[in-house]
Amino acid sequence: MTPEVRGATLVELAAGVAAKKWKSRDLVEAYLDRIAKLDGKLGCFLLVNGEGARRAADAIDKKVAAGEMVGPLAGVPVGLKDIYVTRGIETTAGSKILKGFIPPYESTASGRLAAAGAISLGKLNMDEFAMGSSNENSAFHPVHNPWDLERVPGGSSGGSAAAVAASLCAGTLGTDTGGSIRQPASLCGIVGVKPTYGRVSRYGVIAFASSLDHPGPFGRTVEDAAALLEVIAGHDPMDSTSIPQLAGQYRKASKAGLAGMRVGVPAEYFQAGMDPEIEAAVRAALDELGRAGATLVPVSLPHTQYAIATYYLICTAEASSNLARYDGVRYGHRTAEANSLEELYAKTRGEGFGKEPKRRIILGTYVLRAGYYEAYYGKALRVRRLIANDFAAAFSQCDALVTPTSPTPAFKIGERAADPLQMYLADIYTVAPPLAGVPALSQCCGFTKSGLPIGLQTIGPALGEEAVFRLAGAYEARTQWHKRLPQDPS
Amino acid sequence: MSRDKYEAVIGLEVHVQLATRTKIFSISSASFGAEPNAHTDPVCLGLPGALPVLNGAAVDAAVRLGLAVGSHIRPRCRFSRKHYFYPDLPKGFQISQYDEPLCEGGVVTFRLDGEVRQIRLTRIHMEDDAGKNIHDNSGVSFVDYNRAGVPLCEIVSEPDIRSANEAAEYVRAIRTLVRYLGISDGNMEEGSLRCDANVSIRPVGATKLGTKAELKNINSFKNVRDAIEHEIARQTVLVDRGDKVVQETRLWDPDRGISASMRSKEQAHDYRYFPEPDLPPVVVDEAWLERARKALPELPEARHMRYLGMGLSAQDASVLVAERQIGDYFDAALAAAPNHPKKIANWLINEVLGRVEDPRKLMDSNIPVPPAALAELVDLVEKDTLSGKLGKDVFGRMWQEKRHASEIVAAESMNLVSDTSVIEDACKRVVERYPDEVARFRGGNVKLMGFFVGNVMKETGGKANPKIVNEILRKLLS
Repeated sequence: MTPEVRGATLVELAAGVAAKKWKSRDLVEAYLDRIAKLDGKLGCFLLVNGEGARRAADAIDKKVAAGEMVGPLAGVPVGLKDIYVTRGIETTAGSKILKGFIPPYESTASGRLAAAGAISLGKLNMDEFAMGSSNENSAFHPVHNPWDLERVPGGSSGGSAAAVAASLCAGTLGTDTGGSIRQPASLCGIVGVKPTYGRVSRYGVIAFASSLDHPGPFGRTVEDAAALLEVIAGHDPMDSTSIPQLAGQYRKASKAGLAGMRVGVPAEYFQAGMDPEIEAAVRAALDELGRAGATLVPVSLPHTQYAIATYYLICTAEASSNLARYDGVRYGHRTAEANSLEELYAKTRGEGFGKEPKRRIILGTYVLRAGYYEAYYGKALRVRRLIANDFAAAFSQCDALVTPTSPTPAFKIGERAADPLQMYLADIYTVAPPLAGVPALSQCCGFTKSGLPIGLQTIGPALGEEAVFRLAGAYEARTQWHKRLPQDPS
Repeated sequence: MSRDKYEAVIGLEVHVQLATRTKIFSISSASFGAEPNAHTDPVCLGLPGALPVLNGAAVDAAVRLGLAVGSHIRPRCRFSRKHYFYPDLPKGFQISQYDEPLCEGGVVTFRLDGEVRQIRLTRIHMEDDAGKNIHDNSGVSFVDYNRAGVPLCEIVSEPDIRSANEAAEYVRAIRTLVRYLGISDGNMEEGSLRCDANVSIRPVGATKLGTKAELKNINSFKNVRDAIEHEIARQTVLVDRGDKVVQETRLWDPDRGISASMRSKEQAHDYRYFPEPDLPPVVVDEAWLERARKALPELPEARHMRYLGMGLSAQDASVLVAERQIGDYFDAALAAAPNHPKKIANWLINEVLGRVEDPRKLMDSNIPVPPAALAELVDLVEKDTLSGKLGKDVFGRMWQEKRHASEIVAAESMNLVSDTSVIEDACKRVVERYPDEVARFRGGNVKLMGFFVGNVMKETGGKANPKIVNEILRKLLS
């Protein structure tokens, strides 16, 4: 039999494959059908690898039939943000400068997914080099929010979030640098997790801002996201910033309940002037957590107001450095004609990069110029330390923090495209956790009157993913928001 | 000559390629000479998403170098990114060290015209090497990334050097040192040792530094000397003329023997250094330092002092310490024949070194005359079992036939005849054969002694102990 994959959870699909209730191949066909039918309207995929997915699914089905051991995600169709390097499959990071780049190596995270039996359906759309909060900065095409096709899915992992919301994949991977998993999860009404810095290897994840880049999963449910994280987390000798400790038992934590947990409510995340619908939904969620047995504790993160400025100093500096390698010499786009080395660089980079990467390269180059290191980057690092200290202090009083994820629900495509500063403020609630390196999760906690999802952010201490999953799992168990599905676009 | 009015002030930046098995941040081989781009991987090619992982062996080599020159080894150092665009630089930045280098301070000691010279170091830091651009005649350029990611130590000196010759000897001392430590081939021709020079001049007696020019592309000892010599002369002409030296980077052209301006101070790169976020700080703890200290060999200067203490001449000592293996060979031979340091040194310098192409192979197992074998030969000669002249012949055969001296001597009955009666018979025969000469000798022509000795040696096939021959002849002729 083939189950209805629309609205299906990753864990139930995996269990069905393992129990021989259905075949992986049938799941793959069902998702490929949906992609063929719907993705023209949504724009989630940059590359659909139907043939590869079918081949991998058949291999899994053969193993299951033969009674061989298969991995925990065996046979489940998933998708990868196109920032994960995939061996033999074009990887662009949403940029023209990498158009046609076929990597000879595989990212650790996508390799671990494959080793666990997951089947990759293809590569998902994103803001170019993960720079953006709306997916409008994709060099190829925008992604449309499944809840309202005129609106953005958030970004930069917009394709990954929309693909899960629209049931084009059972689960996906994204990356989060200043909110690029949690904000689109919020705008698409699904679960997105940014784990602790170093919890998931960055090897083979195309760098935007190295000290801030966090690979992580999207799932329909908290348990789905936990199941994906369990597979991709863990030490990787190929990433020197990878954490040596073993990964936690996140699925178990997602079902453990929140008895005895102290939930911090940071005052700075509930300021006057916030969107009333969002405030109401988040406050209602806090009440629900209270009813579930959590103790609510008011806390303060006093340096919150500096987070955006700090974030944009650090991420542009690192981006200007990380993007220096795209010079047209070894791979990717190269300008058709250049009469000097300088012209080769200028034309290749001028043609290959979109507006937002150019903006950030210029900002970052300015930030790092000789004589100004202390004034900008050095100072940003010190403020970053203060922000991390804020979190450490807060976590001495509570087990996790709960805040809104995004200051607004999904906005209209084009609405903010002309105003980068306005766009940067979309990250106001999400930039601090990556600066501190602490884990955070977004899940749906309600809908606006117009039917757009509202996100709830849970933040844990470093390596405190289990606390985050306990809280989020318990909230999800008491609510029905995650069960609501967007209509398939017609 | 106006040059006497000025003093040169020179500081060197010496790059040493570390002879680790793999590259500094990835698993490709760091060896020289492969097909272009055979030794590459996603990390050293700067492919997107690839991340550096520090090779501990490279740090260990740098730590040993730092200890050998007495640097302070920072317990915690870090890497920084140094940005510039060039096709041979795959990432658009070099991973180097900036504000927190591994080694600070230190001194390189060597001898210049018999005088001990000490050049202070500012720092030694680690970094990755770039690839190599190759230009063909048709105007097409290629890049070979085999060298990209080979570990480098950059040794930065204080401006303590005062002449081109001293600069060359300083570089040579570094080469000797890194070879002693076994951390580099130190081969300037293959580029495993490279050098940039900062040169300025000032009036003799002045303390303020003049404006410096940086010289690049100095890739042999001869070039070190020539390039700096040329630069001092160039600046002298400028200053004498009343012109100013411009702060700039100049490229040395060894074929034409001149330098040309590469870029001025205004065109200097802004490297936009910032801490490498992909690498955590490097921690070198006391246990690591202790291990490294214990593994240090005897260093050239200490060895030099030890050899002088044995009564060797400064010149011989210099030859013996020039490569670690020469001294090792000497020490091993000396251990087998402890009473003859000077003789062993002579044999080693005159006979052995003349026959090896690369003295660094002296301690290889296939060396025709290993140290103990040389010691045996020296012993035979010194015990008068073998004459010095025959000794040289025997050595030649040892080298060719890879046989021991005692073996050759026994087989060819080359032993010096020390049997007095045999020698006496030979002497008598000679004295009887040349009565005229005997008469002249007795008449005062003592120079004829050589004539008689030579004939006795002929009589005995060169095997008579010359000491005894002399004694007996003197008796017979008196």
